[in-house]
Amino acid sequence: MPASVFAPWNDPSEKPLIRFRNVTKRFGDFTAIDDLSLDIFEREFFALLGPSGCGKTTMMRMLAGFESPSDGSIELAGQDIVSVPPNKRAVNMMFQSYALFPHLTIWDNIAFGLRRDKRPKLDIADRVEEMLKLTRLEKFARRKPHQISGGQRQRVALARSLAKAPKLLLLDEPLGALDKKLRQDTQFELMDIQEKTGTTFVIVTHDQEEAMTVASRVAVMDEGRLIQVATPDAIYEAPNSVYVADFIGDVNIIAGIASSTGPGRYKIAWREDQAPFVAMSDKPFSEGAECYLAIRPEKVQISAQKPDEAANTVQGTVLDIAYLGNISTYIVELANGTQIKAQIANTRRISNRSFTWEDTVWLSWSDTAGILLDG
Amino acid sequence: MTRLSWFNVTSLTLGFAFLYLPMVILVIFSFNESRLVTVWAGFSTKWYGELLGNEAFLDAAWVTLKVAVFSSTLATVLGTMAAYVLVRGRRFPGRTLFSGMIYAPLVMPEVITGLSLLLLFIGIGLDRGVMTIVLAHTTFAMCYVSVVVSSRLMTFDRSLEEAALDLGCSPFEAFRLVTLPIIAPAVISGWLLAFTLSLDDLVIASFAAGPSATTLPIKIFSAVRLGVSPEINALSTIMIAIVTVGVITASLISKQNAVRQQRDEQTAARTA
Amino acid sequence: MRRFALIAVPYIWLLALFLVPFLIVFKISLSDIALARPPYMPQFSWADGVWDFLSQLDLENFTFLASDDLYWKAYLSSLKIALTSTVITLFVAYPIAYGMARAPQEWRPTLMMLVILPFWTSFLIRVYSWMGILSNEGFLNQFLLGIGAISEPLTILNTNSAVYIGIVYTYLPFMILPIYAALDRLDASLIEAAEDLGCSRLQAFWLVTIPLSKNGIIAGSFLVFIPALGEFVIPSLLGGSGTLMIGKVLWEEFFNNRDWPVASAVAVVLLLILIIPIVLFQRNQQKQSEEES
Repeated sequence: MPASVFAPWNDPSEKPLIRFRNVTKRFGDFTAIDDLSLDIFEREFFALLGPSGCGKTTMMRMLAGFESPSDGSIELAGQDIVSVPPNKRAVNMMFQSYALFPHLTIWDNIAFGLRRDKRPKLDIADRVEEMLKLTRLEKFARRKPHQISGGQRQRVALARSLAKAPKLLLLDEPLGALDKKLRQDTQFELMDIQEKTGTTFVIVTHDQEEAMTVASRVAVMDEGRLIQVATPDAIYEAPNSVYVADFIGDVNIIAGIASSTGPGRYKIAWREDQAPFVAMSDKPFSEGAECYLAIRPEKVQISAQKPDEAANTVQGTVLDIAYLGNISTYIVELANGTQIKAQIANTRRISNRSFTWEDTVWLSWSDTAGILLDG
Repeated sequence: MTRLSWFNVTSLTLGFAFLYLPMVILVIFSFNESRLVTVWAGFSTKWYGELLGNEAFLDAAWVTLKVAVFSSTLATVLGTMAAYVLVRGRRFPGRTLFSGMIYAPLVMPEVITGLSLLLLFIGIGLDRGVMTIVLAHTTFAMCYVSVVVSSRLMTFDRSLEEAALDLGCSPFEAFRLVTLPIIAPAVISGWLLAFTLSLDDLVIASFAAGPSATTLPIKIFSAVRLGVSPEINALSTIMIAIVTVGVITASLISKQNAVRQQRDEQTAARTA
Repeated sequence: MRRFALIAVPYIWLLALFLVPFLIVFKISLSDIALARPPYMPQFSWADGVWDFLSQLDLENFTFLASDDLYWKAYLSSLKIALTSTVITLFVAYPIAYGMARAPQEWRPTLMMLVILPFWTSFLIRVYSWMGILSNEGFLNQFLLGIGAISEPLTILNTNSAVYIGIVYTYLPFMILPIYAALDRLDASLIEAAEDLGCSRLQAFWLVTIPLSKNGIIAGSFLVFIPALGEFVIPSLLGGSGTLMIGKVLWEEFFNNRDWPVASAVAVVLLLILIIPIVLFQRNQQKQSEEES
């Protein structure tokens, strides 16, 4: 691996900044976090992704110090921080509601944390100006939070939490309150600021697109456990489970029985009246094991004639077409009722579309397009 | 917007006439020349002069004011603490009893509250006077303050306090620097409510006050038992005037704030 | 430590000045009157022991209350007056609250303020203002005689009618505000929908508006009924010697007869009667807040 790639998680000599060790958190009878271990490294932009109630917010609140684990330990830079109260941690948080103090100006909001450290007045002023500049808020310093727009509030919240130069910045659904266009711009701004300041960011989100865009690594969570921790492209291209494949993006999932036909090559019997599919897999499957073939719709080709060289082909009729502007999704129903989605980029104008409802078409994909999962 | 039907206009007119006519009549007749309070005999301010010369009334007014200031301030501190404990506090032994004791005095008949406090003061041998009235008023007023403040605290965004902790405040600093400034309007309303209740109270003060202390309501009550008197009309007019000016000012200020807030939000939306 | 103090200070304050005094009332209600200072028996002393003290307590005062018809008549009459005036207040308040809720948006804060203003003015003064109106030579009689509606002045002051007027007048804002709050929340399109589905104006009012303002009506009724039951100032200023209300009886028992044990027993029974409406009120409020959340 080339040295320029940022991947401390692959380097065994690297010491993690945050280390969750067998952390369990129970609220009464409810287990929010279940025996979870996780390392996060310095300068990472780490995303905790999952549906609401999966425990991602609890993880973040334990890092901030608002909750303490029922079991296990949490280390920050090698020190156990479980017993350290939130106001004594070198960790700052950007709240989902922003939690800007309504009675203070933008300037005073940003200076709030610095003043708690009893720093010299001049230092505080310098640091606040620096933060205002970083977030392009110089013009609004004397305003109160209700006198600025939602996007500006978001930047104030960011500036305030970064002002103390924390070792770790926590962001709780930081873009949830913004509309879609602004959210995309802000995502890039966040990445830019993260890079400039070199701070470790941990972001909590339920928006998979957001996690994929900003993060160096994504942890997919469900019911208090980590399902997969990997880089965005690995999560998308090589999900380790049906849950992850299904949670991130669109996917066709076909259940079948695996049997080996060569090294790393498998045949998946999925219907008696259909030919088996062929797929490559690094993961070994025993003969006759239950498996799931996951194929992204954009990896499925659609054509009028049966293609000659494809490893997998099936015939069906177009059931539905969803036009999404840049792409179109075709839902094709096979003779046995199975539905498969195929996605095609709309490089031509819509009037020239080659397929329409009720057309008989061929779907095809290569033996490396899909990924074989065991559940 | 709806247009008012004749029925609504009539009910509003009659309703507000019913609410305000008695007080209007009272005010008008406080300027009556004659001692006969129901016969108009020409304009005069002599009853105001006589009132100001009546030292017993002035003394009572002074005692009432002192009691109200002390008891409402004490009640505001205690009531805010109680509200904070009830809304924010985790479970603690006797929490149900505590919230019961906050709400019970609100519905307790004044005669019972008064009687029970008097029996306590006598039981522990406390001399009755200004101090005992302050204790009594603080006790029931703190419950009102706590209800006002806790309803504000319930809608208070808890993440503001967490943000303060996160930025390095101790829990007490977070309360002083963030929570208190934000809930201040509710605390001030609580204080005003406590102050008014204390100024107004006759029954509990009658029980709690010994022969050494007389408040204005006690004085007024013993005077009007004998019938209507023009001095009391004058006194009432002064009290009504103070309250009216206060309430109108308060509502103008809050209206102004609302307008400013709205304007600010519009500018914010435009500069976005 | 700070957390402990935060809980302990208001807690101890209420224990000492609310709960303990009430327990004293309860204890004295079980004691006997005595010619002493304080004028009741037994006095507790550690020397005689707890058991000896307890054995001297009895329910004599309560049997006395039950046997003397003055007391149960006073309770009944208080209930009757409180109930009747609650109903009258409701009928006076509803049209006002309704008119307020239908008024143009920009008037509403002012109307609200006009309803709240009397609440900040002295209760005593508001009751007193009716004395000049209701007396034999008062404004009401002058007015009615002037327009020729009556030939003899009506006797209103110092009767139960004056007490009703006084209660309705002073507690009116307590009834208007919750009903107004309920009506204000009511979506105007519901009435339009009802009319669209074939209701007449009156039917729509009866079938939609009234049921949806039910919570306001219930809350307002309790807010009037509960304090009216133990009312003292109104019956003693506006009522006559024939006006029996339990708050007044308690006051006289204590200050005029100096019979502390009986006054305490009167208080205990009044509280027992009040527990029912208070619990019902609490339930209603709880149900309402659950519905809202």
